[in-house]
Amino acid sequence: MLAAIEARFARVVPKEADFCSLRLQLDRGESLAVRHGVLQPVSTAEDAGAMLAVTKDGGYGYAATCDLSEEGLRQAARRALRWAEETAGRSVVDFRKVPLEHPQGEYASPVETPWGEVPLEEKIDLLRAECAALMRDERIVDSSASLAWQEMETLYLTSGGGRVHQRFSYLFPGLRATANQGAETVTRTFGAYAYCRQGGLEVVDAVGWRGAATGIADEALQLLSAENCPSGTMDLLLAPDQMVLQIHESIGHPLELDRILGDERNYAGTSFVTPDMFGSYRYGSELLNVTFDPTRPEQLASYGYDDDGRPATREFVIKDGILLRPLGGTISQARAPGLQGVANSRACSWNRPPIDRMANLNLEPGESAFDEMVRSVERGIYMRTNCSWSIDDSRNKFQFGCEWAQLIEDGELTRVVKKPNYRGISATFWRNLKAVGDPSTFVVMGTPNCGKGEPNQVIRVGHASPACLFADVDVFGGE
Amino acid sequence: MQTYFHQLADAMSSLLTGEEVYTASFNSEDSDFVRFNKSEVRQAGSVVQHDLSVDLIEGQRHCAGSLRLTGDFETDRARVAKLFKELREKRAHLPEDPHLLYATEVHSTESVASRELPDGASAVADIQQAGAGRDLVGIYAAGGIHTGFANSLGQRNWHSTFTFNFDWSFYHRADKAVKTSYAGFRWDPEAFARKVAWASDQLRVIEHPAKRIEPGRYRVYLTPAALYDIVGLLAWGGFGLKAHKTKQTPLLKMVEEGRTLNPSVTVREHTAGGVAANFQEAGFLRPDAVTLIEAGAYKDCLVSPRSAKEFGVPSNGASAMESPESVEIAAGDLPQSEVLSRLGTGVYVSNLWYLNWSDRTACRTTGMTRFATFWVENGEIKAPLDVMRFDETAYRMLGDRLVGLTRERDFILDAGSYFQRSTASGNLPGALVEEFTFTL
Repeated sequence: MLAAIEARFARVVPKEADFCSLRLQLDRGESLAVRHGVLQPVSTAEDAGAMLAVTKDGGYGYAATCDLSEEGLRQAARRALRWAEETAGRSVVDFRKVPLEHPQGEYASPVETPWGEVPLEEKIDLLRAECAALMRDERIVDSSASLAWQEMETLYLTSGGGRVHQRFSYLFPGLRATANQGAETVTRTFGAYAYCRQGGLEVVDAVGWRGAATGIADEALQLLSAENCPSGTMDLLLAPDQMVLQIHESIGHPLELDRILGDERNYAGTSFVTPDMFGSYRYGSELLNVTFDPTRPEQLASYGYDDDGRPATREFVIKDGILLRPLGGTISQARAPGLQGVANSRACSWNRPPIDRMANLNLEPGESAFDEMVRSVERGIYMRTNCSWSIDDSRNKFQFGCEWAQLIEDGELTRVVKKPNYRGISATFWRNLKAVGDPSTFVVMGTPNCGKGEPNQVIRVGHASPACLFADVDVFGGE
Repeated sequence: MQTYFHQLADAMSSLLTGEEVYTASFNSEDSDFVRFNKSEVRQAGSVVQHDLSVDLIEGQRHCAGSLRLTGDFETDRARVAKLFKELREKRAHLPEDPHLLYATEVHSTESVASRELPDGASAVADIQQAGAGRDLVGIYAAGGIHTGFANSLGQRNWHSTFTFNFDWSFYHRADKAVKTSYAGFRWDPEAFARKVAWASDQLRVIEHPAKRIEPGRYRVYLTPAALYDIVGLLAWGGFGLKAHKTKQTPLLKMVEEGRTLNPSVTVREHTAGGVAANFQEAGFLRPDAVTLIEAGAYKDCLVSPRSAKEFGVPSNGASAMESPESVEIAAGDLPQSEVLSRLGTGVYVSNLWYLNWSDRTACRTTGMTRFATFWVENGEIKAPLDVMRFDETAYRMLGDRLVGLTRERDFILDAGSYFQRSTASGNLPGALVEEFTFTL
């Protein structure tokens, strides 16, 4: 298949093009779920398609097609060329000034236990067992245990001889228990589906999914009888499965260079960050260290090259609290001279063009043990597992909610409270970071559903974080 | 594409063995996407894609699979044959599905719109002319969207629509902007010019110095676009039977405790008034309308075939997600021309953004104002407002704090394009609300 595509590409590159690329993507996947004891419809999915992109005289055009025959690719190349010609001289980017690369390389996810090597019945039995553990009380009115697997193969070719071949395998484990009593319903999940990683079935044990159902159900029942989260300004200790969301929304998105350059203003929004801030702006306290790290093999958005062919490397985005570089790929960097970005130009599939994305954005561990952080709090709250997220279009005023919380009183974890929420402003929140958990609290997670772009794209991103403690946060509960 | 899909459907029938039945749904688009920033083109391109989803059934056992098709019949027939073989092998290892339900009565339908879309290049030229001297950002999306259903019982359903949707903003600076859209079936330069003129007028107000208000309770007017966002959040598990039966609906207090909204609030899934297909993936047809909330009280749910089987009620043709696709709120009696005078002193909210639950069982939502939000005094727009966060329950804002709904409604074509261009729509009035809570 790949050799045939390479041969066809060589024959369909328009002679008029200054640059032409082909990005082939082949996907396979299977989803398995047992909902409240009943196996849900088993489904498989196969996808195959290619995007041809052309630049000419400073214009750019793309055409995506699911017809991978030579004629299909030729038609797509001609259509992309037409768009490039029609937008030349009318483009916000002068593509003559963009140093598009012709890379050579390979990448593959680490896989210990391939999905296909474990019989279907065995996987279903595993799901049935976890789901049965979720249904441990009649107040659990709905429950689900799920495993989804996806395999993706990409081939990036350029008219200058570039060739990058990458193969990925992803696993998405999930658990959910919903408990009800009268007009009160609470839901507890296994990390809000954020325990997703690259790899094979070994991931279910690496993240502690197998055997977690009993604890999930117990916590749902505890929440059902818990009192409402109190309101007030207090210390806030966040678990990694909430830090994922906090990093994503109030560091990741505002640092995307295409947002800073205005591309997303009609949809995903702009940013409170401006180009002049890089190199000097204090984003957070001195404890805040954030890396763009596509090199961690097990993490969801690791890769060797981004979708514009740029080699992926680990870079500090924020170091000792100071903002260093934006999340911008080759094209955005060409539009913002003087800023060094990262290899994060990514498309969700063959049918969407690459845009600036987060990939893996991680908060580096500090030196505080979890118990030490708890002991340091006189009046505060410990929140786990995101369930609500909302932030303004400049990525500043946010409000987030969690599934589970425990009060911290005089240095000890005490009562469980339900419906915990907190709100703040990105520009000041991170400066109140007063302790960062040590490596024993560090967890590698991610999310498969980051939405952005016009046309819209939903993509996988990774986040890893220790538990973190913040001072003076506005906390409140439900009705 | 219709002929091609029907050929493929016949070919799939020939692949069946024994007592097998298949159901198949088909989604296809041929779309142009042109993205703009600073009144120039950011990315321009086209996407052609065809998807087939098949459920291969024998008795109560079944296995589902989806394929991205190439559009070439011979190639795709071979790939579908391979898929059938794989599904059949896998099905042998699966138990009976107690919740499997598919249409067994044959109801074939056809709805094919005519294509009157403009050439992409000419639309781009009109848009760039409109943006000259201004900071225009947004996306033009246009093309055909095709949906089909077929089964081995002989049912064939087809729905084609050809729409454009130019979703754009004029920016003044930073986050100060006016957002609007021009969507439809035939590009009318005069209608587009009127939209541009309206946005330009709003932009002049945006250019005034912004006002900041303190958190608190304010009288607000929510435009139809803002109300569409609120209903969109309610639709996230609010109207489906499964969410009701498993006590996860945000309308739980309406179901369990008899809570009500304002008697002027009637919400319907009005398929006949939208642009989405009137059939779903298991072959059931949708009624013209399903009343979800009537005069403020909970009425009916959207029921997918699986929920119908699980909970022992008839399906009303909802898709598996059980979410409205053609939502409608009944008009009120507040004339649009009196909105500012009836608002008096308060906040005019053109758009909301990033809504989510702050207490799902209490139906309490949070979100942000976005784009053109104005401070109004004594019925006159005085200044644009800096963005504000709200946190409010539907029982208040659409209940005892609802002053009125407008007599006029806006028909909104969803500009969404995740996976493929959306055919969802809304037909909604604006809402005048008192004591609306801003928190940050």
